[in-house]
Amino acid sequence: MNIVVVGLSHKTASVEIREKVAFAPNQMENSLRGLVSLPDIAEGVIVSTCNRVEIYATTHDVAGGMARLKRFLADYHHIPLEMLEPHLYNYHGEAAIRHVFRVASSLDSMVVGEPQILGQIKTSYGYAAEFKASGIILNRFLHKAFSVAKRVRTETGIASSAVSVSFAAVELAKKIFGNLTDKTVMLIGAGEMCELAAKHFLNSGVRGVMVTNRTYERAERLAEEFDGRAVRFEDLFDHLHKADIILSSTGATHFIIGAKDVEAVVRRRKLKPMFFIDIAVPRDIDPKVNDVDNVYLYDMDDLQGVVASNLQQRAEEAKKAEGIVDQEIGRFFNWLSMLEITPTIVALRSRFEEVRQAELAKTLSGWKDLTPEGQKRLEALTSAIINKLLHPPTSLLKQTGQGGRTDLYVDALRQLFELETEAPGEEELEDLEE
Amino acid sequence: MNALLFYSTLVIYCIATITYMAFLVKPRELVGRVSHWLIAAGFITHCAFTVARYFEAGHTPITNLHESLSFFSLAVIGVFIAFERKYHVFILGSFVTPLALLLMIASSLYPSSIPELPPALKSNWLFVHSTLAFLSYATFAVAFGAAIMYLIQEHFLKKKRLGPLYQKLPSLDMLDEINYRCLTFGFPLLTVAIITGAIWAETAWGTYWSWDPKETWSMITWFIYAALIHGRLTTGWRGKRAALLSIIGFFFLLFTFLGVNLLPSKSLHSYERLLGGKN
Repeated sequence: MNIVVVGLSHKTASVEIREKVAFAPNQMENSLRGLVSLPDIAEGVIVSTCNRVEIYATTHDVAGGMARLKRFLADYHHIPLEMLEPHLYNYHGEAAIRHVFRVASSLDSMVVGEPQILGQIKTSYGYAAEFKASGIILNRFLHKAFSVAKRVRTETGIASSAVSVSFAAVELAKKIFGNLTDKTVMLIGAGEMCELAAKHFLNSGVRGVMVTNRTYERAERLAEEFDGRAVRFEDLFDHLHKADIILSSTGATHFIIGAKDVEAVVRRRKLKPMFFIDIAVPRDIDPKVNDVDNVYLYDMDDLQGVVASNLQQRAEEAKKAEGIVDQEIGRFFNWLSMLEITPTIVALRSRFEEVRQAELAKTLSGWKDLTPEGQKRLEALTSAIINKLLHPPTSLLKQTGQGGRTDLYVDALRQLFELETEAPGEEELEDLEE
Repeated sequence: MNALLFYSTLVIYCIATITYMAFLVKPRELVGRVSHWLIAAGFITHCAFTVARYFEAGHTPITNLHESLSFFSLAVIGVFIAFERKYHVFILGSFVTPLALLLMIASSLYPSSIPELPPALKSNWLFVHSTLAFLSYATFAVAFGAAIMYLIQEHFLKKKRLGPLYQKLPSLDMLDEINYRCLTFGFPLLTVAIITGAIWAETAWGTYWSWDPKETWSMITWFIYAALIHGRLTTGWRGKRAALLSIIGFFFLLFTFLGVNLLPSKSLHSYERLLGGKN
């Protein structure tokens, strides 16, 4: 049995294509039923997010299976296959395993390390499990993918740092204030960046928002949006001491807040720390403010510097993550190979044993003067013969299980000895794991 | 038996310090947890050593440098474990356990013979006074560790150098809070230690205060911490200033504890004097 993957992602297809082949959650039952009713597709899982649409399936016939999956994707969405074909990728065997492990670990994401993808795959798998589209192999496979993703998350710093300017500001604030729940944010001026950052701060639980603007009406409007309080621009310095985090982005051409002002404000706050974020260009806040004790000032360049170094750090962590994926592929691949080998070995042994028992019974029934001692020896002799004979092929099979070409031997043995094998039960699979 | 306990403590502290250092470089949760349990195990053997020593000597084992340094180290680890549990910051250990280890190493360099105690000092005050003093020293040692962490983290934030260590260190707020907590425990302990010392001095030597160097330096240390606590409560001294002052305070404290022995004039508290020796 082979694992195959067919799909497209943000790397191969534009959003226009991606939205055409997306699977709606409320039709998942239908889609999955259609998928597993395809000839020679045993199990299937459909992953559909805004950045990727992928089908994971198991099949005996790799080339035919992948072709059928592509055809299914096109037909289901009523798109000509020729249009879809250039955007599709397909993997089988080890490459398929690697691909899914990487996707689940967010190594294939647009923003490497973003955490949503794992949840999305879990949901997709949930549908497949619910509608019985996934079976022994894909169940095991996806659980393995989840555990790989978890390992990557805990053992590397891939998702540990902010990769957007506004998140970087929130993370800095947390390193200064610890908990943000009793903190107040003040917005000076307006602007998309400023509002986005304010939203992030609100999501992180800040207590209150104050808004000031040269046009008081605008301040009022924004304050209403954030459920905050508007302050007249002229009164800025009467209220500044109440703010812990200050986001500034006015269109002023000169500094509106100087070091002397901040010194006075901080004294008024009994030296409680303040965090100024200056996202205006030209800047609103005198850089000397950063030299005031217990005051931290970050401007746009500083924040972008933080983001850049975080991104670089993520890239380095991603290398570690690839190493983890490599390790886990090996382990899973062994399991998959053993899935075929173990029943074959069992069948081979019982076939030999059958023959031995039958021949032994025949001989013994016509041998009247055989002593019990002699009968024992006969038993031992025949057992020894089949054990000796079976030893080399058994150990060879087990060895090839460690990454070699197993299906060749398995097929040969089945045909040579007319073996019939059944898939092993879940318990046997557990034993095969290591 | 005692020696076995002492050296196993020393070895465990040594391993724990290494794992805490490893935690600094490779901040894995598991490394932190292992370090935490190691230091807890060390604390238990250390307690066992101290109790065994108590029964062997018949008095609190703080009468020579070997014992005092070990006792100081024990108190530091005890207070540290309490703070680590409260604030869940393993990394505090990377800054505090090396100090405890150094104290233990220093302790191991001094003879471990049990000194003959002058009759005047054989009193329950020995236990009360010295335990209080060492507990206050230990909380200030933890404050010292937190202060160093604060200065490092503050430096990173001001200079905008946000490397892996920055990621690992806790927030400034928490470090300042630990510093403050230490102060609110350590200062009353130190105050009571000085008062009980004075009472004991009256019963043993007939005078409450004799301006013995140890007493003088304790007083100076007390004033530094008093200034810090006053500044914190009234004008809201916090952050860098508080961190710097608790570092300075700790150096004075170390001098009170050890340096006094180096002064030319003989102190009543000098451990050699306690030993009844000639130097």
